[in-house]
Amino acid sequence: MSAVLVEVDERALYRYLLRLGDLCLVLGQRLGEWVGHAPALEEDLGLANIALDLIGQARLFLTYAGEVDGHGRGEDEIAFLREQGEYFNAVLVEQPNGDFGQTIVRQVLIDAFQVELYTRMAASSDARLAAIAAKSLKEVRYHLRYSGSWLVRLGDGTEESHARVHAALDTLWPYTVELFAEDDLDRLMADRGVAPRLSEVRSGWMQRIDELLAEATLKRPADRPYSWHGKRGEHSEHLGYLLAEMQYLQRAFPGARW
Amino acid sequence: MQPNEATRDWPLFEVFVRARGGLDHKHVGSLHAADAPMALLHARDLYTRRQEGVSIWVVPSQAITASDPTEADSLFEPARDKIYRHPTFYEIPDEVKTL
Repeated sequence: MSAVLVEVDERALYRYLLRLGDLCLVLGQRLGEWVGHAPALEEDLGLANIALDLIGQARLFLTYAGEVDGHGRGEDEIAFLREQGEYFNAVLVEQPNGDFGQTIVRQVLIDAFQVELYTRMAASSDARLAAIAAKSLKEVRYHLRYSGSWLVRLGDGTEESHARVHAALDTLWPYTVELFAEDDLDRLMADRGVAPRLSEVRSGWMQRIDELLAEATLKRPADRPYSWHGKRGEHSEHLGYLLAEMQYLQRAFPGARW
Repeated sequence: MQPNEATRDWPLFEVFVRARGGLDHKHVGSLHAADAPMALLHARDLYTRRQEGVSIWVVPSQAITASDPTEADSLFEPARDKIYRHPTFYEIPDEVKTL
Protein backbone atom coordinates (compact mmCIF):
# COMPACT_ATOMS: atom_id res chain seq x y z
CA MET A 1 0.00 0.00 0.00
CA SER A 2 1.41 3.42 -0.93
CA ALA A 3 2.16 5.99 1.76
CA VAL A 4 -0.53 8.29 0.40
CA LEU A 5 -3.17 5.61 0.58
CA VAL A 6 -2.18 4.76 4.14
CA GLU A 7 -2.51 8.39 5.09
CA VAL A 8 -5.91 8.71 3.45
CA ASP A 9 -7.00 5.60 5.26
CA GLU A 10 -5.81 6.95 8.61
CA ARG A 11 -7.79 10.17 8.20
CA ALA A 12 -10.79 8.11 7.15
CA LEU A 13 -10.43 5.75 10.09
CA TYR A 14 -10.09 8.71 12.44
CA ARG A 15 -13.35 10.22 11.16
CA TYR A 16 -15.10 6.88 11.25
CA LEU A 17 -14.04 6.30 14.86
CA LEU A 18 -15.49 9.70 15.74
CA ARG A 19 -18.80 8.62 14.20
CA LEU A 20 -18.88 5.57 16.40
CA GLY A 21 -17.61 7.35 19.50
CA ASP A 22 -19.74 10.48 19.19
CA LEU A 23 -22.88 8.38 18.84
CA CYS A 24 -22.13 6.85 22.24
CA LEU A 25 -20.89 10.07 23.83
CA VAL A 26 -23.87 12.22 22.88
CA LEU A 27 -26.45 9.58 23.75
CA GLY A 28 -24.71 8.94 27.07
CA GLN A 29 -24.84 12.65 27.84
CA ARG A 30 -28.55 12.77 26.93
CA LEU A 31 -29.40 9.81 29.16
CA GLY A 32 -27.43 11.39 31.97
CA GLU A 33 -29.99 14.21 31.97
CA TRP A 34 -32.47 11.74 33.48
CA VAL A 35 -30.45 11.29 36.65
CA GLY A 36 -32.61 12.52 39.50
CA HIS A 37 -35.63 12.92 37.22
CA ALA A 38 -36.66 9.41 36.14
CA PRO A 39 -40.19 8.18 36.97
CA ALA A 40 -38.88 5.76 39.61
CA LEU A 41 -35.63 5.32 41.50
CA GLU A 42 -35.16 1.96 39.79
CA GLU A 43 -35.42 3.54 36.32
CA ASP A 44 -33.11 6.36 37.38
CA LEU A 45 -30.39 3.79 38.01
CA GLY A 46 -31.28 1.77 34.94
CA LEU A 47 -30.90 4.76 32.62
CA ALA A 48 -27.73 5.92 34.39
CA ASN A 49 -26.22 2.46 33.95
CA ILE A 50 -26.86 2.60 30.23
CA ALA A 51 -25.43 6.12 30.08
CA LEU A 52 -22.26 4.95 31.80
CA ASP A 53 -21.91 1.97 29.48
CA LEU A 54 -22.18 4.30 26.49
CA ILE A 55 -19.66 6.77 27.84
CA GLY A 56 -17.34 3.82 28.47
CA GLN A 57 -17.72 2.80 24.83
CA ALA A 58 -17.12 6.40 23.72
CA ARG A 59 -13.85 6.39 25.68
CA LEU A 60 -12.64 3.29 23.84
CA PHE A 61 -13.51 4.71 20.41
CA LEU A 62 -12.19 8.22 21.10
CA THR A 63 -8.95 7.03 22.71
CA TYR A 64 -8.34 4.94 19.62
CA ALA A 65 -9.24 7.93 17.43
CA GLY A 66 -6.67 10.03 19.27
CA GLU A 67 -3.98 7.44 18.60
CA VAL A 68 -4.88 7.16 14.91
CA ASP A 69 -4.93 10.95 14.66
CA GLY A 70 -1.35 11.02 15.96
CA HIS A 71 -1.32 14.51 17.46
CA GLY A 72 -1.13 13.35 21.03
CA ARG A 73 -4.75 14.16 21.88
CA GLY A 74 -6.32 12.05 24.58
CA GLU A 75 -9.94 10.99 25.03
CA ASP A 76 -10.87 14.07 27.11
CA GLU A 77 -9.46 16.53 24.62
CA ILE A 78 -11.31 14.86 21.78
CA ALA A 79 -14.54 14.46 23.71
CA PHE A 80 -14.72 17.96 25.15
CA LEU A 81 -12.73 20.35 22.98
CA ARG A 82 -14.18 20.05 19.50
CA GLU A 83 -16.62 22.42 17.83
CA GLN A 84 -20.14 21.35 16.94
CA GLY A 85 -19.29 20.79 13.25
CA GLU A 86 -16.56 18.36 14.27
CA TYR A 87 -18.96 15.94 15.96
CA PHE A 88 -20.03 13.15 13.62
CA ASN A 89 -22.86 11.42 15.47
CA ALA A 90 -26.12 10.72 13.66
CA VAL A 91 -28.63 13.37 14.74
CA LEU A 92 -31.04 10.81 16.25
CA VAL A 93 -29.00 10.62 19.45
CA GLU A 94 -28.96 14.38 20.04
CA GLN A 95 -32.76 14.65 19.95
CA PRO A 96 -34.21 15.77 23.31
CA ASN A 97 -35.30 13.23 25.90
CA GLY A 98 -38.96 14.29 25.80
CA ASP A 99 -41.03 12.14 28.15
CA PHE A 100 -39.91 8.71 29.36
CA GLY A 101 -41.65 7.09 26.39
CA GLN A 102 -39.76 9.20 23.88
CA THR A 103 -36.46 8.36 25.57
CA ILE A 104 -37.37 4.68 25.38
CA VAL A 105 -38.26 4.89 21.67
CA ARG A 106 -34.97 6.64 20.86
CA GLN A 107 -33.13 4.04 22.93
CA VAL A 108 -34.76 1.07 21.19
CA LEU A 109 -33.91 2.48 17.77
CA ILE A 110 -30.24 2.99 18.71
CA ASP A 111 -29.84 -0.15 20.83
CA ALA A 112 -31.03 -2.35 17.97
CA PHE A 113 -28.68 -0.47 15.62
CA GLN A 114 -25.69 -0.98 17.90
CA VAL A 115 -26.48 -4.66 18.46
CA GLU A 116 -26.57 -5.30 14.71
CA LEU A 117 -23.51 -3.10 14.07
CA TYR A 118 -21.30 -4.53 16.83
CA THR A 119 -22.31 -8.11 16.06
CA ARG A 120 -20.76 -7.71 12.60
CA MET A 121 -17.97 -5.38 13.66
CA ALA A 122 -16.68 -8.05 16.04
CA ALA A 123 -15.28 -9.65 12.85
CA SER A 124 -13.63 -6.40 11.68
CA SER A 125 -10.29 -6.52 9.85
CA ASP A 126 -9.16 -3.95 12.42
CA ALA A 127 -8.33 -6.04 15.49
CA ARG A 128 -8.68 -3.16 17.93
CA LEU A 129 -12.13 -2.27 16.59
CA ALA A 130 -13.16 -5.92 16.64
CA ALA A 131 -12.21 -6.14 20.32
CA ILE A 132 -14.11 -2.98 21.23
CA ALA A 133 -17.18 -4.24 19.36
CA ALA A 134 -17.06 -7.65 21.05
CA LYS A 135 -16.84 -6.06 24.49
CA SER A 136 -19.55 -3.49 23.81
CA LEU A 137 -21.91 -6.02 22.27
CA LYS A 138 -22.57 -7.56 25.70
CA GLU A 139 -23.60 -4.15 27.00
CA VAL A 140 -25.86 -3.11 24.14
CA ARG A 141 -27.65 -6.47 24.18
CA TYR A 142 -28.72 -5.67 27.72
CA HIS A 143 -29.66 -2.12 26.73
CA LEU A 144 -31.99 -3.51 24.07
CA ARG A 145 -33.53 -5.93 26.54
CA TYR A 146 -34.23 -3.02 28.88
CA SER A 147 -35.54 -0.57 26.27
CA GLY A 148 -37.37 -3.23 24.26
CA SER A 149 -39.28 -4.50 27.28
CA TRP A 150 -40.31 -0.95 28.12
CA LEU A 151 -41.42 -0.27 24.55
CA VAL A 152 -43.70 -3.30 24.68
CA ARG A 153 -45.08 -2.29 28.09
CA LEU A 154 -45.82 1.24 26.98
CA GLY A 155 -47.04 0.42 23.47
CA ASP A 156 -49.24 -2.42 24.65
CA GLY A 157 -50.13 -0.58 27.86
CA THR A 158 -52.79 2.02 28.50
CA GLU A 159 -54.40 4.27 25.91
CA GLU A 160 -52.27 7.13 27.21
CA SER A 161 -48.95 5.28 27.09
CA HIS A 162 -49.73 3.87 23.64
CA ALA A 163 -50.56 7.31 22.25
CA ARG A 164 -47.39 8.79 23.72
CA VAL A 165 -44.94 6.21 22.39
CA HIS A 166 -46.67 6.24 19.03
CA ALA A 167 -46.23 10.00 18.82
CA ALA A 168 -42.58 9.60 19.85
CA LEU A 169 -42.07 6.94 17.20
CA ASP A 170 -43.54 9.21 14.52
CA THR A 171 -41.29 12.05 15.69
CA LEU A 172 -38.07 10.04 15.85
CA TRP A 173 -38.47 7.64 12.94
CA PRO A 174 -37.29 10.09 10.25
CA TYR A 175 -33.94 10.37 12.07
CA THR A 176 -33.27 6.65 11.68
CA VAL A 177 -32.87 6.94 7.91
CA GLU A 178 -29.51 8.68 8.34
CA LEU A 179 -28.11 5.76 10.35
CA PHE A 180 -28.17 3.55 7.26
CA ALA A 181 -27.48 6.11 4.53
CA GLU A 182 -24.15 4.86 3.20
CA ASP A 183 -21.72 7.60 2.15
CA ASP A 184 -18.14 7.43 0.82
CA LEU A 185 -16.69 6.94 4.29
CA ASP A 186 -19.05 4.09 5.16
CA ARG A 187 -18.30 2.51 1.79
CA LEU A 188 -14.53 2.81 2.24
CA MET A 189 -14.69 1.24 5.69
CA ALA A 190 -16.82 -1.62 4.38
CA ASP A 191 -14.48 -2.13 1.40
CA ARG A 192 -11.54 -2.41 3.80
CA GLY A 193 -13.45 -4.88 5.96
CA VAL A 194 -13.19 -2.46 8.88
CA ALA A 195 -16.96 -2.04 9.18
CA PRO A 196 -19.98 -4.00 7.95
CA ARG A 197 -22.14 -2.91 5.02
CA LEU A 198 -24.86 -0.64 6.34
CA SER A 199 -27.40 -2.40 4.13
CA GLU A 200 -26.72 -5.62 6.09
CA VAL A 201 -26.95 -3.80 9.40
CA ARG A 202 -30.23 -2.29 8.26
CA SER A 203 -31.90 -5.58 7.35
CA GLY A 204 -31.01 -7.06 10.75
CA TRP A 205 -32.15 -3.87 12.47
CA MET A 206 -35.44 -3.76 10.57
CA GLN A 207 -36.27 -7.31 11.53
CA ARG A 208 -35.67 -6.62 15.21
CA ILE A 209 -37.60 -3.37 15.11
CA ASP A 210 -40.55 -4.92 13.26
CA GLU A 211 -40.78 -7.72 15.82
CA LEU A 212 -40.68 -5.27 18.72
CA LEU A 213 -43.20 -2.90 17.13
CA ALA A 214 -45.58 -5.79 16.45
CA GLU A 215 -45.38 -6.90 20.08
CA ALA A 216 -45.85 -3.31 21.21
CA THR A 217 -48.86 -2.94 18.86
CA LEU A 218 -47.19 0.00 17.13
CA LYS A 219 -47.16 0.74 13.41
CA ARG A 220 -43.87 1.41 11.65
CA PRO A 221 -43.88 4.93 10.15
CA ALA A 222 -42.73 5.50 6.57
CA ASP A 223 -39.19 6.68 5.79
CA ARG A 224 -38.92 10.34 4.82
CA PRO A 225 -36.29 12.43 3.05
CA TYR A 226 -34.15 14.45 5.44
CA SER A 227 -32.00 17.55 5.44
CA TRP A 228 -29.48 16.93 8.22
CA HIS A 229 -26.16 15.14 8.00
CA GLY A 230 -24.89 14.61 11.52
CA LYS A 231 -22.44 12.01 10.23
CA ARG A 232 -20.81 14.86 8.28
CA GLY A 233 -21.07 17.38 11.13
CA GLU A 234 -24.31 19.08 10.00
CA HIS A 235 -26.47 18.82 13.08
CA SER A 236 -29.92 19.70 14.36
CA GLU A 237 -30.33 22.74 16.61
CA HIS A 238 -30.21 20.56 19.72
CA LEU A 239 -26.56 19.55 19.70
CA GLY A 240 -25.18 23.01 20.48
CA TYR A 241 -27.03 23.20 23.79
CA LEU A 242 -25.97 19.71 24.74
CA LEU A 243 -22.32 20.48 23.97
CA ALA A 244 -22.43 23.77 25.87
CA GLU A 245 -23.41 21.90 29.01
CA MET A 246 -21.13 18.94 28.38
CA GLN A 247 -18.06 21.03 27.55
CA TYR A 248 -18.52 23.71 30.21
CA LEU A 249 -16.10 22.30 32.74
CA GLN A 250 -13.26 21.63 30.31
CA ARG A 251 -13.72 25.04 28.70
CA ALA A 252 -13.86 26.87 32.03
CA PHE A 253 -11.05 24.91 33.66
CA PRO A 254 -8.87 23.56 30.83
CA GLY A 255 -7.20 20.29 31.72
CA ALA A 256 -9.16 19.97 34.97
CA ARG A 257 -8.75 16.57 36.61
CA TRP A 258 -10.08 14.96 39.75
CA MET B 1 -49.98 -8.92 43.65
CA GLN B 2 -52.19 -6.12 42.36
CA PRO B 3 -50.47 -2.70 42.27
CA ASN B 4 -52.01 -0.32 44.72
CA GLU B 5 -54.38 1.59 42.46
CA ALA B 6 -54.72 4.45 44.91
CA THR B 7 -51.05 5.35 44.83
CA ARG B 8 -50.15 3.45 41.65
CA ASP B 9 -47.17 2.04 43.51
CA TRP B 10 -45.43 -0.95 42.02
CA PRO B 11 -45.38 -4.00 44.29
CA LEU B 12 -42.31 -4.79 46.34
CA PHE B 13 -39.88 -7.60 45.49
CA GLU B 14 -37.12 -9.11 47.62
CA VAL B 15 -33.83 -9.66 45.83
CA PHE B 16 -31.43 -12.56 46.37
CA VAL B 17 -28.02 -12.63 44.72
CA ARG B 18 -25.57 -15.49 44.33
CA ALA B 19 -22.08 -14.03 44.59
CA ARG B 20 -20.22 -16.97 43.05
CA GLY B 21 -21.01 -20.39 41.71
CA GLY B 22 -21.45 -22.83 44.60
CA LEU B 23 -22.55 -20.20 47.13
CA ASP B 24 -26.10 -19.64 48.32
CA HIS B 25 -28.31 -16.85 47.09
CA LYS B 26 -28.26 -14.21 49.81
CA HIS B 27 -30.84 -11.55 50.49
CA VAL B 28 -29.45 -8.18 49.42
CA GLY B 29 -32.44 -5.87 49.54
CA SER B 30 -35.73 -5.03 47.93
CA LEU B 31 -37.09 -2.96 45.06
CA HIS B 32 -40.28 -1.93 43.30
CA ALA B 33 -41.29 -3.32 39.90
CA ALA B 34 -44.51 -3.85 37.95
CA ASP B 35 -43.88 -7.59 37.61
CA ALA B 36 -41.21 -10.26 38.01
CA PRO B 37 -39.41 -9.78 34.66
CA MET B 38 -39.07 -6.06 35.36
CA ALA B 39 -37.92 -6.85 38.89
CA LEU B 40 -35.10 -8.95 37.43
CA LEU B 41 -33.93 -6.06 35.25
CA HIS B 42 -34.12 -3.67 38.17
CA ALA B 43 -32.26 -6.09 40.43
CA ARG B 44 -29.51 -6.36 37.84
CA ASP B 45 -29.25 -2.57 37.65
CA LEU B 46 -29.48 -1.92 41.38
CA TYR B 47 -27.68 -4.80 43.03
CA THR B 48 -25.09 -6.17 40.61
CA ARG B 49 -23.49 -2.93 39.43
CA ARG B 50 -20.20 -3.80 41.09
CA GLN B 51 -19.91 -7.43 40.04
CA GLU B 52 -21.73 -8.64 43.13
CA GLY B 53 -23.28 -11.64 41.51
CA VAL B 54 -23.66 -14.35 38.91
CA SER B 55 -27.32 -15.18 39.52
CA ILE B 56 -30.39 -13.33 40.79
CA TRP B 57 -33.68 -14.44 42.35
CA VAL B 58 -36.58 -12.07 42.83
CA VAL B 59 -39.50 -12.98 45.06
CA PRO B 60 -42.69 -10.98 45.62
CA SER B 61 -42.41 -9.67 49.18
CA GLN B 62 -46.02 -10.68 49.73
CA ALA B 63 -45.07 -14.31 49.17
CA ILE B 64 -42.85 -14.29 52.23
CA THR B 65 -44.32 -15.39 55.54
CA ALA B 66 -42.31 -13.97 58.40
CA SER B 67 -42.09 -14.97 62.04
CA ASP B 68 -43.64 -12.56 64.49
CA PRO B 69 -40.99 -10.62 66.48
CA THR B 70 -43.28 -10.59 69.52
CA GLU B 71 -43.14 -14.38 69.58
CA ALA B 72 -39.35 -14.44 69.59
CA ASP B 73 -39.32 -15.48 73.25
CA SER B 74 -41.17 -18.71 72.68
CA LEU B 75 -39.67 -19.40 69.27
CA PHE B 76 -35.98 -18.85 69.91
CA GLU B 77 -35.27 -18.52 73.63
CA PRO B 78 -35.73 -22.25 74.39
CA ALA B 79 -32.68 -23.08 72.24
CA ARG B 80 -30.39 -20.90 74.31
CA ASP B 81 -29.62 -23.37 77.12
CA LYS B 82 -29.31 -26.41 74.90
CA ILE B 83 -25.70 -25.94 74.00
CA TYR B 84 -25.30 -29.70 73.67
CA ARG B 85 -26.88 -29.32 70.27
CA HIS B 86 -23.71 -27.63 69.06
CA PRO B 87 -21.11 -30.12 67.90
CA THR B 88 -18.41 -28.30 69.88
CA PHE B 89 -17.64 -31.18 72.22
CA TYR B 90 -16.06 -33.35 69.61
CA GLU B 91 -12.33 -33.57 69.03
CA ILE B 92 -11.70 -32.85 65.35
CA PRO B 93 -8.85 -34.90 63.88
CA ASP B 94 -6.04 -32.80 62.42
CA GLU B 95 -6.47 -34.53 59.08
CA VAL B 96 -9.89 -33.00 58.61
CA LYS B 97 -9.25 -29.67 56.98
CA THR B 98 -12.73 -28.36 56.40
CA LEU B 99 -15.75 -29.11 58.48
